[in-house]
Amino acid sequence: MTSTGAMESIRPRISFYEDHGKYRGILSWILTLDHKRIGLLYFIFVMAFFFSGVVLGFFMRLQMLAPGTIMKPQTYNSLFTLHGIIMIFLVVIPAIPTIFGNFFLPIQIGARDVAFPRINLLSWWLYITGAIIVVISVFTGGGPPDTGWTFYAPYSLRTTVNVPLAVFGVFILGMSSILTGINLVTTTHRLRAPGMTWNRLPLFVWAIYSTSWVQILVTPVIGITLILIIMERFFGVGVFDPAKGGDPILYQHMFWIYSHPATYIMILPAMGVISDVVPVFARKRIFGYMAIAISGVAIAAVGSLVWGHHMFVSGQSDFADILFSLLTFLVAIPSAIKVFNWVATLYKGSIVIEPPLLFCLAFIFLFSIGGLTGLIQGALAPNMHLHDTYWIPGHFHYIIFGGMGFGLFAAFHYWFPKMFGRMYNRKMAMRAWAVMLVGFNIFYFSMLLLGWEGMPRRYYDYLPQFRSLHLTATFGSWILIAGLILMFANLFRGLFKGEKAEDNPWGGATLEWQIPSPPPTENFEKIPGIRHGPHDFKELENNG
Amino acid sequence: MIFSAATGISGRVVDNVFLYIVTICIILLALITFLMVYFVVRYRREKHPTPVDIEGSTWLEITWTVIPTLIVLSMFYYGLTGFEFLKKVPPGAMTVKVIARQWSWLFQYENGIQDPELRVPVGMPIKLLLTSQDVIHGFYIPAFRIKQDVVPGMTNYLWFQPTQLGTFDVMCSQYCGLEHSHMLTKIVVLPEEEFTKWYQGKKKEVAAKAPPPGLQLYQVKGCVACHSTDGSPRVGPTFKGLLGKKEEVTTGGKKETAVVDEAFIREFISEPNVVHIEGYPPIMPKISMTNEELTALVDYIKSLR
Ligand code: HEC
Ligand SMILES: [Cu+2]
Repeated sequence: MTSTGAMESIRPRISFYEDHGKYRGILSWILTLDHKRIGLLYFIFVMAFFFSGVVLGFFMRLQMLAPGTIMKPQTYNSLFTLHGIIMIFLVVIPAIPTIFGNFFLPIQIGARDVAFPRINLLSWWLYITGAIIVVISVFTGGGPPDTGWTFYAPYSLRTTVNVPLAVFGVFILGMSSILTGINLVTTTHRLRAPGMTWNRLPLFVWAIYSTSWVQILVTPVIGITLILIIMERFFGVGVFDPAKGGDPILYQHMFWIYSHPATYIMILPAMGVISDVVPVFARKRIFGYMAIAISGVAIAAVGSLVWGHHMFVSGQSDFADILFSLLTFLVAIPSAIKVFNWVATLYKGSIVIEPPLLFCLAFIFLFSIGGLTGLIQGALAPNMHLHDTYWIPGHFHYIIFGGMGFGLFAAFHYWFPKMFGRMYNRKMAMRAWAVMLVGFNIFYFSMLLLGWEGMPRRYYDYLPQFRSLHLTATFGSWILIAGLILMFANLFRGLFKGEKAEDNPWGGATLEWQIPSPPPTENFEKIPGIRHGPHDFKELENNG
Repeated sequence: MIFSAATGISGRVVDNVFLYIVTICIILLALITFLMVYFVVRYRREKHPTPVDIEGSTWLEITWTVIPTLIVLSMFYYGLTGFEFLKKVPPGAMTVKVIARQWSWLFQYENGIQDPELRVPVGMPIKLLLTSQDVIHGFYIPAFRIKQDVVPGMTNYLWFQPTQLGTFDVMCSQYCGLEHSHMLTKIVVLPEEEFTKWYQGKKKEVAAKAPPPGLQLYQVKGCVACHSTDGSPRVGPTFKGLLGKKEEVTTGGKKETAVVDEAFIREFISEPNVVHIEGYPPIMPKISMTNEELTALVDYIKSLR
């Protein structure tokens, strides 16, 4: 989809790593306005938090091996709270939009940077500030929060540990999220290269665009909610505490009005990655481009109206239960459409099996399980049994880890050569993929079974009938972690020791593959003119 | 056996809906996975070097929008019918009030009996009125496949009909703090006559109006969740040997050593947030009770040497 011979004239320019701008050393990173450098800044911190989240998860599973001997109850309660807060707010929500959205969205639409580079840097600083506040809350005051990442009132109003500070950190993170959303929406609207019409946008851009809208529209609600929690704790304003005439159910509504759409903030960008990567390795255009683009917008829209399914057993009215259940089933349809289109894209392709594609296939499989288990718990009668059991974490790990996580790993393996100019060991990446896939299913499928057996979540101890499944889950978690270590070690090695990557190792047709690896500052010397859709491999082959 | 069987009518209702949806899900998952793997193998580069560029198919898009819509609507409908059954209490149900507090359950029957376990006659529909004294809890009976949150400030309900004798676990399903995992009790389903005998017998005890003995108060008021009587560690200090114990306490930020006497115990129970004991979290709730009850409790604690 590139235009004429702009390529040669770009070649001699130096990459964004060498061009340190106004500042030197560390300052050339933390004060940079370059969207690629900011993307990498996020990359480092998101990964650091991902590792701490995994370590917390590892210890939670260890506790289940022999409850009572490994850690104290309070420790376990803080662990699952921190695991949730870190993974949701510091890793899963920001990961793809901030790392890959920042790095590749401008390139993919043919722009030199985002619309507001300074605000982009501010977003990163807010992210870091929020993250630091959350970390401080762990080590100060009455100890780390122990409320679960949901901060349900009135418990979160009464517990003596450091809830307000953690909540304030999450509030700051929300501001960062809003600003990133505004930036990427504006960039998509204003900075598309000539000829980059809406139906020629890479589907990754479509996905980030829909996600950004959700971020802008719903994040303020969690901001208000968290501020109300702080007001209630410090000034005794009785909005949520029934002892002061407040309504704890209101808290749940406000929390989930944000946090349900947030699950779509997590998964939509990953779906965008899949929609862009699968065609490259099938060597044909995506099946049903418009169906995928529109279903993404539909997920964003309808997904904002289903929050009440988190409250089926809370005591909200039966009518609300019924309505939210119906909407929940409807939001499954656009997701199903996407899955069918991805599978159809493979039909009559000429498929090259490479690590990014394998991660996409794993995504489709795991996300399907996540979606289908969602149907089971979305039905009102089974929900009475499954709500608040291990089934729920089982389900959402299939969606968030199996979906968003594997989508993120697909993005790593797909864009790695472009971002760093080096290639990792592909055989090893495939091995890591296989180990992770096996461990993942042993681990989280046991959780689904535990839930069906009636094991409530957030228990540091359990009744004897749950023992064998808990052991299996813990065993699976070790395999999964082994796979993760293998994958990251391989990427890390590739970073320093990998062979030099070509500009377009996968034969991608989107703009980022038409510029050098790693890209030069400001990406394009001359803004390209666009004449084709994002998966026009024929055109590419003719030119090349 | 790895799968615990359901009991009661609610158990059967939920299991039926579950099986219906799970069956469809397994078929769909198998279909998607099979096609995906088949395509990848069948159309791999070596076998199929030139791709066929297909833009899409309106006809297919419509098919795989309409059919899934019909499928999920059937799931919704089936789930709804089950739900309506689970929510509609049949006439003539026996009502029991459930009191949830950190971290124990208490059941109050219509005739005034109170008990930390729920005893019910087989075959009788039971309606539970759920109330909480502190934070949100969840009343969950896995074998009956039902649960409902217990929210302070409102009275939720749950009903079930036991069809089988036996003892079934009850668990707290909504995270409620430190000892959430041990907020457990049991439902004992008894034959009709046996239940009546227990119900009447207990009632006589209540009718005798004797001030309830300390042990009973210890259970009924929920002290049992946090204090042991045999020296074993729980969230709060054990009652065994409490009288005369020397301990480090903080009063208004000042540390000092105190010897526990009767007045100390009395005051601590009436105002638990004035003095704090070293080594324990400051979370003892203020529990309302009459003066006689307080005296009985203090006497009971004193008796535990
Ligand atoms: C939710 C848990 C919980 C419940 C329920 C509870 N307590 Fe406590 N109790 C504690 C904790 C924790 C402490 C230590 C508090 C502190 O240091 O501030 C404590 C302290 C005490 C003490 C002082 C012990 C000492 O070492 O001096 C007494 C007496 C006491 N509780 C009596 C009772 C009685 C009687 C009941 C029932 C009516 C009761 N508690 C119910 C948690 C609980
Ligand atoms: Cu509870």
